[in-house]
Amino acid sequence: MDFYKSEMSRRKFVKIIGATGALSAVSVAGVTGCSGSSSSSSSSSDSGSTATFKLGGIGPVTGAAAIYGTACKNGAQIAVDEIKAAGGDVIFDFNFQDDEHDPEKSVNAYNNLKDWGMQILTGPTTTAPCVAVSAETNSDNMFELTPSASSTDVIGGQPDADGNVSTPRKSNVFQMCFTDPNQGTASAKYIKEQSLGTKIAIIYNNSDTYSTGIFKKFTSEAQAQGLEIVSTTSFTDDTATDFSVQLNDAKNNGADLLFIPIYYTPASLILKQADTMGYKPKFFGVDGLDGLLTLEGFDTSLAEGVMLLTPFTADATDSATQSFVSTYKKDYDGTPNQFAADSYDCVYAIKQAIEKAGITADMTYTDICDKLVAAFTASDFKFDGLTGTGMTWSDTGEVSKDPKGMVIKDGAYVSM
Amino acid sequence: MDFLTNLINGISLGSIYAIIALGYTMVYGIAKMLNFAHGDVIMVGAYICFCAMGYLGLSPILAVLLSIVGCTVLGIVIERLAYKPLRNAPSLDVLITAIGVSYFLENAALLIWKSDPKSFTSVVDLPSLSLFDGQLVISGVTMVTVLACVVIMIALTTFTTKSKQGKAMRACSEDQGAARLMGINVDSTISLTFAIGSGLAAIAGVLLCSAYPTLTPTTGLMPGIKAFVAAVLGGIGSIPGAVLGGVLLGIIEIFAKAYIGTQMSDAVVFAVLIIALLIKPSGLLGKQIKEKV
Repeated sequence: MDFYKSEMSRRKFVKIIGATGALSAVSVAGVTGCSGSSSSSSSSSDSGSTATFKLGGIGPVTGAAAIYGTACKNGAQIAVDEIKAAGGDVIFDFNFQDDEHDPEKSVNAYNNLKDWGMQILTGPTTTAPCVAVSAETNSDNMFELTPSASSTDVIGGQPDADGNVSTPRKSNVFQMCFTDPNQGTASAKYIKEQSLGTKIAIIYNNSDTYSTGIFKKFTSEAQAQGLEIVSTTSFTDDTATDFSVQLNDAKNNGADLLFIPIYYTPASLILKQADTMGYKPKFFGVDGLDGLLTLEGFDTSLAEGVMLLTPFTADATDSATQSFVSTYKKDYDGTPNQFAADSYDCVYAIKQAIEKAGITADMTYTDICDKLVAAFTASDFKFDGLTGTGMTWSDTGEVSKDPKGMVIKDGAYVSM
Repeated sequence: MDFLTNLINGISLGSIYAIIALGYTMVYGIAKMLNFAHGDVIMVGAYICFCAMGYLGLSPILAVLLSIVGCTVLGIVIERLAYKPLRNAPSLDVLITAIGVSYFLENAALLIWKSDPKSFTSVVDLPSLSLFDGQLVISGVTMVTVLACVVIMIALTTFTTKSKQGKAMRACSEDQGAARLMGINVDSTISLTFAIGSGLAAIAGVLLCSAYPTLTPTTGLMPGIKAFVAAVLGGIGSIPGAVLGGVLLGIIEIFAKAYIGTQMSDAVVFAVLIIALLIKPSGLLGKQIKEKV
């Protein structure tokens, strides 16, 4: 009898746990929905005589990676507004949805945008959601150009470190940013060329595809370049609080350069803990570190001297960058990072391709996709933007452009 | 030296677990319920302190005091609204309610403070202690945390054994019905327990975020679970047991990272719990309670 009773209650327990989980999911989704709709209202344009292209965007506007999504949203919005103000045949109606850096919510956002009538997608901003959404766009044949999701799983068709191709090429997906392997390779080359360090330690996030992707390529390229890796340690999203062991390992092995291919939130903890223990190596990061300086409450003096590889610098002197930076500062009260610039470039690259292929807004998204893919991969298609000049795309979906080294000085990014 | 550094880091992490575990163990020992919302009260405490320092510009000491007061009130309110109506309900119902309260607090924090992480400014402004020509560095936060942990443990033990209210608590723990017959107000005693437990949660939250300065609505989740493990390992309901369990767990976690592998630490921590419970089901310092059938 007792046994029976306890069985019952266990079943009840599981049920209620499930209900609680579902409830909280609903409440979170409710929050997302709200912020999503409020963001789209600002951009819905009047339906004038010229037909507009419905351009969708997805990225985290709230959550741990909010800085990236917000930057992408703002960057794209500036481009859309500029294009509209300049007048012309190609005008965009832009709708940006929040995904909180969550693959499931990102796919929901994509479905929302499809209901809205989206014809072209620029996004998602972050890697894991983008991998999920690109599978959907691929089966729908919706053109997708992501500003910043850098994993090769996004575009597919790339061999991993062992030479296996895990996901086939998604022919409708293109990237504006470097791929993770490219970031890893470029970082190792840059460190060698500039002789930034001889003994290198690496701390990477083992539960994140972005971080492990860069880490693998960096290690193999570092060996090819003759750089000595003295310490390799990792962490997971659940253990991203205490880095004393990892830092001690790097310190005891005499590392003079610490390579951190991770996002800025754990990086801020690493910088703080290294400072507390009095360990002062050079820090070298990748584009995930962008956002460190705008983290609320972060002591920016800890980031002094941190280096990162990025295609965009807000202090560049060319007129295009300067006008973009001043518009961004005026509209959004802050200095744009490379995510904003990548997103800005995405909109203009799509515009250029639309004009080249002679696409009109009354076409279906599938037709638009086929024509855009042909335009992007055409050998005479070259795009000049904020994040590089003469950018080209191959059939693989990867972009080819040059990275720039940046260093943080007095709380701002400066070219190295 | 490597060993010593790891040991000190372990004690530092473990002392934070210990302070959180004290809150768990107090509430369990007296009210006989697992307050799974404890980890989230920690998070609220840290947010109150962050806002008090960042937005109101209060001094760290005032901010910590405000945080303790805020969490104490929150603890009493939670107890009144969520747990008191279930005083005579089966313990499973209370457990589920606690999980619900935990979700509620997390999502409320998400609405109020948004989920972008905040970088917490340490409330401890002590210089690091450098020993053996800088080979061994003990941070100010570590010293304060260990000290706070010991002081709280002694204070709580004295309180429960010497004071009248403390004796009432132990009486409730032993037999609520008999305590009531002896003229003890069981309801207010349980409320007091929650108040103390939540005040401790505020201290734990502030110290946790001073040592590891990232604050999000889920900050309290993992430390809360680990502290629960610590309380069970030490013997849930026992005050010295919670401290012993917490410190041991911190040391095991850091040593597992250092000597087994950085990816394996959580697996090792939870494996230790399973093994400890197999060998000694009531925990290291827990009392073996014989139930008459």
